[in-house]
Amino acid sequence: MTTEAIAPPPSTKSQVLRSFDVADFPAVNGLEEEWRFTPLKRLGDLVSATKLTGVAPAVEHGELPAGVTVSHVAASDVDGAGPVLVPFDRISALAYGSADGVTLVEVAPETELAEAVVIRVVGKGGDAAAARTVVKVGAFAKVTVILEQTGTASLADNIEVVTADSAQLTFVTLAEWDAGAVQAQHIKLQVGKDSRVQHVQVALGGDLVRQFTSVEYTGRGGDAELWGLYFADAGQHFEHRQLVDHSVPDCRSYVGYRGALQGASAKSVWVGDVLIRATATGTDTYEINRNLILTDGAIAHSVPNLEIETGEVAGAGHASATGRFDDEQLFYLMARGIPEGEARKLVVRGFFAELVNKIPVEELRERLGDAIEARLAEYAS
Amino acid sequence: MSTLEIRDLQVSVKLPEGDLKPILAGVDLTVKAGETHAIMGPNGSGKSTLAYSIAGHPKYEITGGSVTLDGQDVLAMTVDERARAGLFLAMQYPVEVPGVSVANFLRTAKTAIDGEAPKLRTWAGELRGAMEKLQMDPAFAQRNVNEGFSGGEKKRHEIMQLELLKPKVAILDETDSGLDIDALRIVSEGVNRVRETGETGLLLITHYTRILRYIKPDFVHVFVAGKIVQEGGPELAEQLEAEGYERYVAARA
Repeated sequence: MTTEAIAPPPSTKSQVLRSFDVADFPAVNGLEEEWRFTPLKRLGDLVSATKLTGVAPAVEHGELPAGVTVSHVAASDVDGAGPVLVPFDRISALAYGSADGVTLVEVAPETELAEAVVIRVVGKGGDAAAARTVVKVGAFAKVTVILEQTGTASLADNIEVVTADSAQLTFVTLAEWDAGAVQAQHIKLQVGKDSRVQHVQVALGGDLVRQFTSVEYTGRGGDAELWGLYFADAGQHFEHRQLVDHSVPDCRSYVGYRGALQGASAKSVWVGDVLIRATATGTDTYEINRNLILTDGAIAHSVPNLEIETGEVAGAGHASATGRFDDEQLFYLMARGIPEGEARKLVVRGFFAELVNKIPVEELRERLGDAIEARLAEYAS
Repeated sequence: MSTLEIRDLQVSVKLPEGDLKPILAGVDLTVKAGETHAIMGPNGSGKSTLAYSIAGHPKYEITGGSVTLDGQDVLAMTVDERARAGLFLAMQYPVEVPGVSVANFLRTAKTAIDGEAPKLRTWAGELRGAMEKLQMDPAFAQRNVNEGFSGGEKKRHEIMQLELLKPKVAILDETDSGLDIDALRIVSEGVNRVRETGETGLLLITHYTRILRYIKPDFVHVFVAGKIVQEGGPELAEQLEAEGYERYVAARA
């Protein structure tokens, strides 16, 4: 178990290389700050190829409510003046260059939905593939979009989310891949004026899942909350990186990631970067990562970085805590007659409760709670 | 009528380096349902060790003696088995359990103790009644266990569990510490309600005599250096209030 409280400050996150051409990025050798925790061998073609030719996972959905469309379009139809996510590393450039078209999810302005829109991304195996998804939410719309990622895949994909002024989006992405799946995903959230985005990122399944989420604001009053929940079993590698780029005044961000790990070489990586530029006065930001190590042999890396270029912020903070199961909690519950296995379930469910409760769909909340308990039961037996 | 029998109990605390440090040097005590005992002693005398080792805290190792509840070997039981057998420990520093609501926790504990889930229709009322008696706001049930509780709220929550779980023998570890006079009165009334049922044996562990003005003990035991050095009735508490522990501590020195 390691906790790296303060890594050396990043060499100004705003100055990293950006390019649409994968060849512009030097080959990755694993010593780079961005890649030092990632088992590159397991990424295979995703990190070494210059073009991916496999078949992208199928995109499926049921009947869509009025105001919501899902279509497959040419990149030129959505990119206009340029894509929302300008690739900034080798894999995001590879996904951009190799994806065959774009899955476009559009929510018309002022659409308010009580029910969540569920989109399933189903991997069918095969060679390493690339995909792009663009989610556009119109002004004053208020929706929940759930993206379920299942099946088998070796996938590099970019997801670009744009919310117009005053739109409210809850975006839940679930990585519930089969064993053996590998994913390197880049998510870009572009938050409009007075718009509110809550992203809940869940990683439970897959051999290696590396998700990079970046946030930018296009107007004042933008609010982005990034919640993450992961549960790594033996051999799984879950890596979550964020870059929240505050360049607009009076915006807010909150990053809260929590993970549990169990089993030999279960590994998680969380690297949270927040950049507050000189122009972003009145920014309010906080980031926290907590890890619960359930057994010996699991490793959690946790690195918060905060880069501040203005003194006029409303708030800026970070925290990280990685620890073992609290024996005192267990004793307290057992001293009330609760058997050990059940007491452990209560504590772990409680650890994740704040995150799970961000999901506005009861059926999904219960499914996640059950999935977490099932994971615990594997080791209890 | 239930009886907790402690015979020649010897307990060591496990130190981080793995060494054992002896704390209890042979404790003999019998607590019967309906009786109220006070264990009084100076700081560091081993009072809390007695409480936690009976409850089965893993920090302690039993090196000799026995503890039985109605003839059953308590020391052979796991922590949860002890609770289900009828033992209860009201803790001095109750532990926070984030993300677990008081309502969920109490229902889970009640189900474990009774061996069946409480009936939905009566449980809500029982819970509400228990909270009202301890002057707790109904919103309390939705808060996370001990998270952000004031000292008084933690102790009231402990006594609420005592009333709901109806143990055969309850040990109250320094329940008065950190309580203002109003909170102490509310908590003591709760303990007295349990006492009046005549079905629970109570063991109050305390450094100060203050709580004994609200809960009258039948027996008082003076605890010094890991064992009971004197026993008597309520008058012994009054004597300790007047004279303090110096006499006992000096006698050892």
